[in-house]
Amino acid sequence: MTTTGGPDESPSVALRTEALEQLLTERGLIDPKAMDAIITRYETSVGPLNGAKVVARAWTDPDYRRRLLEDGTAAIKELGFSGQQGEHIVVVENTPTVHNVVVCTLCSCYPWPVLGLPPSWYKDPAYRARVVREPRTVLAAMGLTLDDDVQITVRDSTSEVRWLVLPERPPGTEHLTEDELVPLVTRDAMVGVAKAATP
Amino acid sequence: MSTPLDSEGPAAPPRSNGELVFAEPWESRAFGMAVTLYEAGVFSWPEFQTALIARITAWTAAREHDEPYHYYRLWLGALEDVLADLSAVSEDEVIARAQAMAQRSPGHDHRDEVPAQ
Repeated sequence: MTTTGGPDESPSVALRTEALEQLLTERGLIDPKAMDAIITRYETSVGPLNGAKVVARAWTDPDYRRRLLEDGTAAIKELGFSGQQGEHIVVVENTPTVHNVVVCTLCSCYPWPVLGLPPSWYKDPAYRARVVREPRTVLAAMGLTLDDDVQITVRDSTSEVRWLVLPERPPGTEHLTEDELVPLVTRDAMVGVAKAATP
Repeated sequence: MSTPLDSEGPAAPPRSNGELVFAEPWESRAFGMAVTLYEAGVFSWPEFQTALIARITAWTAAREHDEPYHYYRLWLGALEDVLADLSAVSEDEVIARAQAMAQRSPGHDHRDEVPAQ
């Protein structure tokens, strides 16, 4: 934070990261192999697909949908997904008249277990600030134009609560099975910056 | 200042499910270190989160910026703050080590060419 001066004086952030990793390894605080496994887990195994399965189940199983809206953390755990940080996941439902969109204005809290790691735009200060002030404009700029009579609710994440949006089931998907619905559920729909895809 | 309206670049709006979450390799290492240390019980997640929020708040409050907003740079700063508070690793040690590493011959600056341990 106080680092100043030219490149000769202040090491690049990549070098600084490597230096820290080396020091932590030497002190026995991290095992680089265990760390590799953790990074791989978050990059490949944990991702929006988990959330998509949750949503597709909710679209096809009314009882599950009710449980999900009542206690998101527990219903998500039923499918085998649970949090690393012990946060509560609260699921909010988008309807033809109410649209929820998620942000974390303080940092970038995000429901990792179901959506993986946040995309870069979610962490951007402009998104964090503007979606609160002018959600309709920001959503339109992201390709989601909502009618004026649709009420937009901005959900601000905290360290205790992570929001997950249950998007509307797209029209014309009544004949699709749960498995066939999963690919329609995008990460963006579950953050509330898009609608679920149509087949 | 970037906006969520960018069509490309790191602040580009979402277009698919497959966006890379790390723009550069060091970002994934910085991420991995924090999660590994948390999972090992070196610090609690709220401790780290508080430090991250402090870094982000300070960046946002600053009137002038030497460089654009960079989430994982602040993440790394927060991690260093927490480790310094725990007397696990100090900022001076990190800088000294990084400067020593910068003296390596150019070919040695690629991770894969450094011996694993």
